[in-house]
Amino acid sequence: MSSVPLKPGAEAVAGKGWLLAHKWLILRRSSQVGILLLFLVGPWFGLWIVKGNLNYSYTLGVLPLTDPYLLLQSLLTFKLPETLALVGAAIIILFYLLVGGRSYCAWTCPVNLVTDISSALRRRFGLKGGAHLSRSTRFWMLGMTLVVSLLTGTIAWEMFNPVSMLHRGLIFGMGFAWMVIVAVFLFDLFVMRSGWCGHLCPVGAFYSLIGRVSVLRVQLPGRAACNDCMDCFAVCPEPQVIRPALKAINGAPALIFDAQCTNCGRCIDVCSKDVFAFGPRFTIPVSAQSIVGGTAQAVPK
Amino acid sequence: MTTVTQSKAPVGNTARRQFIADTSRMACGVGLLGLGLGLYARHATALPPAAIRPPGALPEDRFSSACIRCGMCVRDCPYDILHLARPEEPMSTGTPYFIARQAPCEMCEDIPCVKACPTTALDHSLKEINKAKMGLAVVVDHETCLNFLGLRCDICYRVCPVIDKAITLDPQTNVRTGRHTLFIPVVHSEHCTGCGKCEKACPTEVAAIKVFPLYMAKGQLSSHYRLGWVEKEKAGGSLVAPEIEHRYNMPEGMKYEHGKGLSVVPPGEAAAPGAVPPAPTFKALQGNKL
Repeated sequence: MSSVPLKPGAEAVAGKGWLLAHKWLILRRSSQVGILLLFLVGPWFGLWIVKGNLNYSYTLGVLPLTDPYLLLQSLLTFKLPETLALVGAAIIILFYLLVGGRSYCAWTCPVNLVTDISSALRRRFGLKGGAHLSRSTRFWMLGMTLVVSLLTGTIAWEMFNPVSMLHRGLIFGMGFAWMVIVAVFLFDLFVMRSGWCGHLCPVGAFYSLIGRVSVLRVQLPGRAACNDCMDCFAVCPEPQVIRPALKAINGAPALIFDAQCTNCGRCIDVCSKDVFAFGPRFTIPVSAQSIVGGTAQAVPK
Repeated sequence: MTTVTQSKAPVGNTARRQFIADTSRMACGVGLLGLGLGLYARHATALPPAAIRPPGALPEDRFSSACIRCGMCVRDCPYDILHLARPEEPMSTGTPYFIARQAPCEMCEDIPCVKACPTTALDHSLKEINKAKMGLAVVVDHETCLNFLGLRCDICYRVCPVIDKAITLDPQTNVRTGRHTLFIPVVHSEHCTGCGKCEKACPTEVAAIKVFPLYMAKGQLSSHYRLGWVEKEKAGGSLVAPEIEHRYNMPEGMKYEHGKGLSVVPPGEAAAPGAVPPAPTFKALQGNKL
């Protein structure tokens, strides 16, 4: 049944209805657009709920939020910020320790909206292949930005960072920043699938470090029901994270531990067998101990 | 090499070689990127002359590493004079600045921009706006400044928030007419905050007085220089004692009177006071190696 090439998620739509098959996608877009709007109602309508941008913001005069990666670069130039900025970074780190490190990428980052369009167009027009680059390149990038910050005494990545350029551009005036964004869009569309967010972006790499120990995870309580339709792999921006948990490679538990999972929840949406669900890392679902079909590797016990 | 190692070596070697090759490729590629980024970053720390940082801003090299480009200062400026640099502008992207000629700093007494800054990029120890050093006004064009031309424009002097301290009008003889006074605007760096109100208000097509970042506008004497008159005041008297009386070196038999000029001393009249003793001869001067 899965041999017929359908649009990923078509089965899920047929099974549980369009709305349920897009639940997390809709919530995620609402989060991304909502966060942007919170920042924009100030300059647009004079309604100052949040001031600043993703680098540092101050909400309702009480809540400071600081990008810890940016602060780290600044600290490497031997600058100590004011207390509020440190408190803001601590809040952000704690928050993403709870909801998943790279949830930042899926639920907050405005560049994700751009690269998701690239991915969608790639699927729509069947654009395959492209350049190959290791997914660990982002950690090289992360290391490089920190070294350059240390050596030049500047916040190096802010010179190019598409994330802050897009966000700041939308709020404070875009200038030529749109060219960087278009470059990222075209790179993802023609050169490499998930090229920017999945291979290069040091911001995502930084948040994935938080994701190594963060609480909220995608669990696979229904992995026994998997019918190998491959829809989850087709929509996942980091497909390599699914396989160990889904196929119980080396006895992996039914929970995605990989720090690169962005908790976007799209796999939950597109799965017609309800294999996936969100849950904390501490409660590994037990219902998935047995694997049906010949799909699984030998599970050492 | 034994036959055993020969049969095993290629497998291990290939993996190791692959690893070394991959790592080198990554290091070189990302390293190149880093080099470009680093050069660009160093480049972009220069501040263009028209861009003035908000009050309390650290010196430029330290500012661009302390500022986290959040725009809080921009938001809390009640006069909306601050902008965040866009990528195409020749300074660190996302850092705040204002252009004095477009909208100068209004010098709020509570300095909200500094309060809003979550880092030390804007120095929180700045409590009095009159102590700010955003830049320094310079009368750049003596040919077009209306006061230099002899008019009583005085606008820069009048709009200055630190009036009579940051800019004074120094009277000088108008040698062109011979009977008027020029009121020359002189900026005193000790008091100028660099707010840019003078530049904004200058009525000429292009401002004759401009505010520049301090590093551009301010010179500095060598550390061993001493100002004689300052030292004299400090010491309560001349440092060269006894003070040498001023001497006019006139040709013999001539005298000089203020307003009259040179004249011949009538025979019999005593030489003018101060002209004694007579000027040293050319030979004597040479002897003293003057």
